[in-house]
Amino acid sequence: MKPPKFEYYKPATLEEALNLLEEAGDDGKIIAGGQSLVPIMNMRLASPKCLIDINGLEELSYIKNEDNTLKIGTLTRQSDVEQSEMVANVCGLLAEAITQIGHVQTRNRGTIGGSIVHADPSAELPLALLTLNGSVQITSKDEVRTVAAEDFFITYLTTDIMPTEVLTEVTIPLMEEKSGYSFQEVARRHGDFALVAAACHMTVDDEGIITAVRLALGGVEAIPLLIGDAEDILTGEQLSDLLMEQVTESVEMESDPESDLHASSEYRMHLAKVLTKRVLTQAYERARG
Amino acid sequence: MTNVIGKSATRVEDKRLLTGQGKYIDDLGTKVSTGHAAILRSSHPHAYIKSIDKEAALKMPGVKGIITGEDIRGLVKPFSVGVMAPVEYYPLAIDKVRYVGEPMAIIVAKDRYAAEDALEKIKVVYEALPPLVGIERALEEDAPILHENVGSNIANHREFNYGDVDKAFEEADRIVKHKFNFPKYTATPVETYGVVAEYDPAHDQYTVQANFHGPFVIHSIMAQALQIPSNKLRIIVPKDIGGSYGIKAGIFPYIVLCGLASKLIGCPVKWIEDRQEHLSSSASGTDRVTYIEAAVENSGKVTGLRMKMIDNVGAYIRAPEPASLYRNHANSTGAYDIQNLHIDAYAIMTNKSPTGLIRGYGGQELYFPLERIMQEVAKELNMDHADVIRKNLVKEAQFPYKTASGGTYDSGNYEESFELALATGKYEEFRKKQEEARKNGKILGVGLACIVEPSGSNMGYITVALTPEERAGSLPKSGASEAATVSMDPLGSVNVRISTTPSGQGHETVAAQIVSEVLGLPREQINVVAELDTSTSAWSIASGSYSSRFASLGSSAIYYAAHKVRAKLFKIAADQLNVKEADLELEKGSIFVKNNPDKKFSVKRAAGLAHWHPTSLPDGMEPGIYETYYYTADVAQAPNEQDMINSSVTYGFVADMVTVEIDPDTAEVKIIDYFTVHDAGKLLNPLIVDGQIMGGLAHGLGGALYEELAYDKNGQFLTGSFMDYLCPTAPEIPNVTIKHTESPSPLTPLGAKGLGEGNTMSAPVAVANAVSDALAHLDIMIDDLPLSPTRIWKLMGEAKEKVTTP
Amino acid sequence: MGKHEIEVTINGKVYQEEVEPRMLLSDFVRDVCGLTGTHVGCEHGVCGACTINVNGSAVRSCLMFAIQADGQQVQTVEGLTSNHELTDLQKNFIECHGLQCGFCTAGILMSTEDYLEKNPNPSSKEIKEMLSGHLCRCTGYDGIVKAIEKTIEERNQSVLS
Ligand SMILES: Cc1cc2nc3c(=O)[nH]c(=O)nc-3n(C[C@@H](O)[C@H](O)[C@H](O)COP(=O)(O)OP(=O)(O)OC[C@H]3O[C@@H](n4cnc5c(N)ncnc54)[C@H](O)[C@@H]3O)c2cc1C
Ligand code: FES
Ligand code: FES
Repeated sequence: MKPPKFEYYKPATLEEALNLLEEAGDDGKIIAGGQSLVPIMNMRLASPKCLIDINGLEELSYIKNEDNTLKIGTLTRQSDVEQSEMVANVCGLLAEAITQIGHVQTRNRGTIGGSIVHADPSAELPLALLTLNGSVQITSKDEVRTVAAEDFFITYLTTDIMPTEVLTEVTIPLMEEKSGYSFQEVARRHGDFALVAAACHMTVDDEGIITAVRLALGGVEAIPLLIGDAEDILTGEQLSDLLMEQVTESVEMESDPESDLHASSEYRMHLAKVLTKRVLTQAYERARG
Repeated sequence: MTNVIGKSATRVEDKRLLTGQGKYIDDLGTKVSTGHAAILRSSHPHAYIKSIDKEAALKMPGVKGIITGEDIRGLVKPFSVGVMAPVEYYPLAIDKVRYVGEPMAIIVAKDRYAAEDALEKIKVVYEALPPLVGIERALEEDAPILHENVGSNIANHREFNYGDVDKAFEEADRIVKHKFNFPKYTATPVETYGVVAEYDPAHDQYTVQANFHGPFVIHSIMAQALQIPSNKLRIIVPKDIGGSYGIKAGIFPYIVLCGLASKLIGCPVKWIEDRQEHLSSSASGTDRVTYIEAAVENSGKVTGLRMKMIDNVGAYIRAPEPASLYRNHANSTGAYDIQNLHIDAYAIMTNKSPTGLIRGYGGQELYFPLERIMQEVAKELNMDHADVIRKNLVKEAQFPYKTASGGTYDSGNYEESFELALATGKYEEFRKKQEEARKNGKILGVGLACIVEPSGSNMGYITVALTPEERAGSLPKSGASEAATVSMDPLGSVNVRISTTPSGQGHETVAAQIVSEVLGLPREQINVVAELDTSTSAWSIASGSYSSRFASLGSSAIYYAAHKVRAKLFKIAADQLNVKEADLELEKGSIFVKNNPDKKFSVKRAAGLAHWHPTSLPDGMEPGIYETYYYTADVAQAPNEQDMINSSVTYGFVADMVTVEIDPDTAEVKIIDYFTVHDAGKLLNPLIVDGQIMGGLAHGLGGALYEELAYDKNGQFLTGSFMDYLCPTAPEIPNVTIKHTESPSPLTPLGAKGLGEGNTMSAPVAVANAVSDALAHLDIMIDDLPLSPTRIWKLMGEAKEKVTTP
Repeated sequence: MGKHEIEVTINGKVYQEEVEPRMLLSDFVRDVCGLTGTHVGCEHGVCGACTINVNGSAVRSCLMFAIQADGQQVQTVEGLTSNHELTDLQKNFIECHGLQCGFCTAGILMSTEDYLEKNPNPSSKEIKEMLSGHLCRCTGYDGIVKAIEKTIEERNQSVLS
């Protein structure tokens, strides 16, 4: 298991990186934490001709809270986000999700942006980003554009990013006062990719009426799946078994999980429903405080 | 005496291993001329090889040579194996491939990177054949045949009848029966296989370093395959092996392959297996289908057993298979007094990777149906499972207990150990808790298992694969030999050379403990050499590390070799002090007269005399101090005409109780507590003992819940990485309580038995019984492993359907 | 593209070598620098045997290219001890029988030291979660967890006194 040959560049600035990407075209590939890319290179399932290492771009590693928006530079290590008190205080869902990505040692190297661009359908970060209504900033030589998470994931391991572009920043609008969240997954072992993961974020008024809610699932489709109906069903209501039942019906309508060695399609569907109820319940409880 | 045997001494191996100074196969330096190998492997489960085009690959930079199956045709004989079926197994596929991952060519280049670059350029044309995956499908008339010259997929078939089985079944109040499936799984040592082979044309000599740990009978098999005198094949085993659990015995085809490549290409060849290769094509346990039937009295007493066992040895039966079927032959009835036994044993071949030794070898496959059926008996009779076990356990007064199939359980008190397990786990209390929990919608269960753990394999057992008539035609085999050498140099320092090729079990430590005690010298002064060299070490066919044989056999050889040295020292001292040897005693490096301790002679001086001043030695004594002892156990006899065989030397006992909780929504199994009681005779080093038990248990839990080498119905391999082959990690290991009872073996000088495999054998079924107990209200049958949530959820769903739609 | 010259500081010693960009850091450490205490067990990031410390973080050396370590500070198991004196953690691995074959051990030591530096007081559950990034097939993890717990206890005591 040794990687194939490639050319290696380590740009010192973003501009240099963008130039290199432009030059390399389809042959170019960014390496960030390498925790997804290098295993598949070692297995020779990927053989990029030209590797552009963005680990030298210190300027892309930061965590900021600006105008009630959490901004995280793409190169920020997952463990830095995990250890950030600020993130724990202002964005509990993200903090909780991140501890479930792989292991301490892979989080020490793996980056925020790398996980989102890799876009594994059961990965935690894409799911968290979608649930939190986040977006990504994408930079190329010609422009900087912002894409909402909802539009970013296209299909299995594929996103709206061109070979000449760099994901530079992840932004997440921050929670309001009376809000609650939940992130739960079922995995075979600690640290494994989830069989199914679910995340929910909601706000509730003083009477316990849900004023806003976002529910999303991982592992049930080729991309993380936002259950749009949840908003229609739950907004303006108090959470009840009956309504949760309705939400799970939508979940069933909208997901089409695959079967693999570790879980049948039917079991994944079942988990999707179970986890939906669990995250709704927990988020609601937390929101009510 | 210094009294160090039986103490929790820390290990002499540890310091080097903790500081990165271990010497594993990949750490040994190689010559500059060494080529590094990559192996081209089949992507088809079953196909004819139409052509292999290596032209483009040979032109790649750094490539030294490429050898295909065609190139070795005629140069090697098929590896011999202890069955009559004429299976032709070579180190590279010739004409046909029979499993995904089968080696087809070896590429040798300046480094592994270049070798893999070249590998990608080789073009293979296959002609696909229908794959054979299912065990029972292999026996069907129209099944694809793997080996045309065998004529069927059966590599071995034997039937055994002990006692009066028919009568037991006729007279039984009930017959409880079921079919159980045990999956194919492996042990994945963190260090993979590694070989460095060098062929020396001047002497026609192969010198191979490999992390191979025996059984060294395989040395003969390799030499025969290479068609060379066996002293032309020198195998050197490094001091450190990064785990094996039996799996590394399967390295031997690669030893031959790298040897041949070295000869044909003309440079030393180094191959370090990668993890994908390891998972697809190293070795594994067998998957087995067992049809088990128990003849039962209404009292719960089981009077007879019938087992039809169909073991899948993969694409090629290779040594030591079909041993998986017979390793537990003597203890086929487990911990129970059942004298009527019928066994119908098959080893069949399918398009999966070949199998071999693995921790627990054959035990988990045997005890899964046996211990499951005991619980089913309880269910059937509306009895408590514990009571059914009690009713059937071999009683203390019955020891040494003769089993139906020819075994002799040397010692034990099964009832006491079992009761200790129940008391430790608070069985009755848990039953109440379980009831309470059920009212709150929680699903708890408790599983029990009692197993007999054989250790120290009798080399004769494998020959029960042949009929008595077939056996008569070949050399009889018996014994369980092991050798050790203890020597003292001119300054009185002690070297111990062992042939048990440890892979983490702490043999150096225990050997030092034993010799220290026998020679009355501090343990720190004893140097133990664990490297084995077939050209210079004392070894025999049984040598090596497998079947938990160190505690019973390896330790005995060391003990007796040390005693030979001790006897010689006593002779010298007696001569010098002018007293009788019987009057002497040894303590703290000094030999003294018992009733006159001032009259003494130091061990160091006695040893010194043997080197510096040999003419002073007693008449007829050889100079030097260098004693080798070959130990075997008399009880390891060849099988008799009636196929009675005592397949192991000693038999320990394990009683487990495990409690689980099942999430009613997600069907995930959580182990609450695991209690295990072991009777392994005398414990040589309790610290090491509990480590062995924990390791064996973790592997057993892996088998119960996570691990499977899975293939799809087309024979494609599904678990080629550690992302899919799931080994338990720290968070998956539950609370474990270990307790010991000690019934010393009367057969070995130290009274010790093996114990590293017991829980690998027991945990899969103990957990299965717990899950089955937890789901008793749904009347669910657990007959398959691993107990993944997807599997349990499916069973729960089907059961609920049954309940709601009568 | 041919070889690149890199300069990596490992255990305080500077290694100036020419490497192909694709050479894995694990291979560099072992085969080029001769520091064979770091082991390789899977080359896809799961087993943890190859874990070393790069610039103050325990990471998989099989998932980095040597060239990425150019100019960086690396510590391997060989760098844990000074003057052959074992660390408290290493001693506790001996005491608690935290190793058998020892193949997984170097990686676990490197992870643990880094982890404890950042989290001096983890719970048992957190220790086990940290260990989930390592496979050990010998010990069942029991001795490893005990050795780490003992080390934490002792370090806390020495802080108190
Ligand atoms: C043992 C193990 C367990 C794991 N378990 C999980 C898990 O449970 N959940 C989970 O989500 N992940 C898991 N992962 C993967 C996770 O660790 C990776 O960190 C993540 O998927 C990729 O991040 P990275 O920074 O390592 O990206 P890399 O591997 O460097 O890159 C991944 C992809 O993203 C591209 N890329 C990276 N950064 C950018 C950028 N800024 N702009 C454009 N493209 C970019 C790369 O070109 C590449 O295609 C696991 C990995 C391992 C080794
Ligand atoms: S070798 Fe790097 S994690 Fe296994
Ligand atoms: S000690 Fe052998 S793998 Fe951990």
